[in-house]
Amino acid sequence: MDWNLIFTRAIEAGIGTEAVIYALAAIGLNIHFGYTGLLNFGQAGFVAVGAYGLATMIATFGLPFWVGVLTGIAGAVVFALLLGIPTLRLRADYLAIVTIAAAEIVRLVVRSIALQGTFGGTDGLEAFSDGFYSMNPYGPGEYGIGPIGFDNRTMWVLTVGWVLVAVFCVLVYLAMNSPWGRVLKAIREDEDAVRSLGKNVFSYKMQALVFGGVVGAFAGFLFALSRAATQPDLFSTELTFYAYTVLILGGAARVLGPVIGAALFWLLLILVKTGMEEAVNHQVITFISVNQVGAINYMLVGLGLVLLLIFRPQGILGDKREIALDAR
Amino acid sequence: MHAETVSEKKAAALAAFATLETEPGVAKPDPILVVDKVVRRFGGLTAVNVDHMEVQRGSITALIGPNGAGKTTFFNQLTGFDTADEGDWTFNGRSLRGVPAHRVARHGMVRTFQLTKALSKLTVVENMRLGAQNQRGENFFRSLIPGFWRGQEDEITERAEELLERFKLDAKRDDFAGSLSGGQRKLLEMARALMVSPELVMLDEPMAGVNPALTQSLLGHVKALREEGMTVLFVEHDMDMVRDISDWVIVMAQGSVIAEGPPDTIMADHRVIDAYLGAHHDAPMSVEEAEEQLQEAEAEIEAEIEEKA
Ligand SMILES: Nc1ncnc2c1ncn2[C@@H]1O[C@H](COP(=O)(O)OP(=O)(O)OP(=O)(O)O)[C@@H](O)[C@H]1O
Ligand SMILES: [Mg+2]
Repeated sequence: MDWNLIFTRAIEAGIGTEAVIYALAAIGLNIHFGYTGLLNFGQAGFVAVGAYGLATMIATFGLPFWVGVLTGIAGAVVFALLLGIPTLRLRADYLAIVTIAAAEIVRLVVRSIALQGTFGGTDGLEAFSDGFYSMNPYGPGEYGIGPIGFDNRTMWVLTVGWVLVAVFCVLVYLAMNSPWGRVLKAIREDEDAVRSLGKNVFSYKMQALVFGGVVGAFAGFLFALSRAATQPDLFSTELTFYAYTVLILGGAARVLGPVIGAALFWLLLILVKTGMEEAVNHQVITFISVNQVGAINYMLVGLGLVLLLIFRPQGILGDKREIALDAR
Repeated sequence: MHAETVSEKKAAALAAFATLETEPGVAKPDPILVVDKVVRRFGGLTAVNVDHMEVQRGSITALIGPNGAGKTTFFNQLTGFDTADEGDWTFNGRSLRGVPAHRVARHGMVRTFQLTKALSKLTVVENMRLGAQNQRGENFFRSLIPGFWRGQEDEITERAEELLERFKLDAKRDDFAGSLSGGQRKLLEMARALMVSPELVMLDEPMAGVNPALTQSLLGHVKALREEGMTVLFVEHDMDMVRDISDWVIVMAQGSVIAEGPPDTIMADHRVIDAYLGAHHDAPMSVEEAEEQLQEAEAEIEAEIEEKA
């Protein structure tokens, strides 16, 4: 077995494109769910709005890159308002139902035949990333340390991606350690208590939904740009649930929880996957074929999540004392 | 017994009530809260049906009544936590009908809850800080620049610490509120409500679950609120306490105000005793009455036996 290959792939995945995208998506979710207690099951919708806002403006309407970025952000804000206005006054579980449906609506709209001219149907959109890569300071070639390396385009995506992660982590840190963040955390605990103290709970929940949604849109930008293409089926509910896994793994309501979670999630996923593939190829494991590795890998993800919730529900960075309070 | 020193505010409050009729809905000389025909129904049950009620400014008014009388529901209507089916009420002359809960609080009418709502995963001092109004750092954009709100936050913290000390919670300052005992949570909730700097404090059973020694100091705190010029309206079942601190008592039963008056008058009022104990309460009976009841009971038993046969 080629252990070198296994670990190289795993580390590349841990700092790679997927990790960045999921870190951003989960940072958004952390604002919603971790800090405010909003059960948003439609994060994939925000990511899709970001990706398609960018791609549509550039590929379909031929507008400049930055217009695409602004459209994606504005789209996420509008999407948050549309979701929030009817549901944020209701109980938390209604938001969960509506968001999961709304994210699917977004996916089905961009995939529809009627709007194929705008969104490209099931094939999606391409030819919108030149503006982004024209800003790439890395010349053609491979970059890296030892065996771990990326090509120049990936390097550019990763640089922008991790800078964005850092920026949003700082913003989340500042916001959550301020009186504003205190109101959000209080809302997570008991809305009525917060109302009785003169805070407009609806407005704060809306602000949280918008903030987290915009961060989700940035995940969408990177998703689309890193592939130089975007297809509707990338934004299925699966994306949301992976983002939740990432968040819970790292620790909800912790600034770095989503980041650690994303890196570790992808590292482990690829470590196990490559490990199994190698083991099968070298006849270490004989009872499965290479084709079955993918499916088994996802079963292990599920198992891992179950074990995590049983033995460390607070995640890696979480505070055990907080979880203990729930039992009182 | 120590000599009662009646404070100026207490004397003023009592003077205001001195000449009043002890009738339900009686008008007060300087009401801060005026309630008119507030009705709340749950299906077929009329939980609240208050024709008229006024709360005198600067007084401590007790709202008493048996379980299920509608006191909590009434609080919920007044503070915007529930929507009344009918009626109107004014606070400082301003109608609050249909005003959402957070605005009611901002107007200076703050309530606590019968079932305590401590914010478990916030520390005690964070709970307190949350109560402060007009915080610059509660705006999202300004929250990102600590310089905008640090100064104010320090002032708020200072005020919070003073209150915590008064309520004997200063040792718990940095503990999670969820780790407090039930009685401590009551104290925290009351202290937190005071952070809002309210004009009218509405306490729903503030003493329930608080130990007797602490009750005494809590009573002191409530009286202190009046000294500071606040008005207090509180729900309580402990009659000794009601007698001790209230200037005026309003009695609710089955959703309506059935009696009002000074504590001593009210406790002797037959309508109140009836409401609490039912019409057939165990007041001392004369021999004839006892005889009569015995016969009634016997007749009932006989009737039952006949029915079965
Ligand atoms: N949400 C509700 N739905 C249906 N009925 C309700 C609701 N809330 C209160 N009630 C009913 O209204 C009546 C008054 O209840 P409320 O809680 O106001 O009583 P209370 O005077 O506060 O009693 P206690 O002293 O026990 O706290 C009760 O009969 C109760 O069952
Ligand atoms: Mg009650």
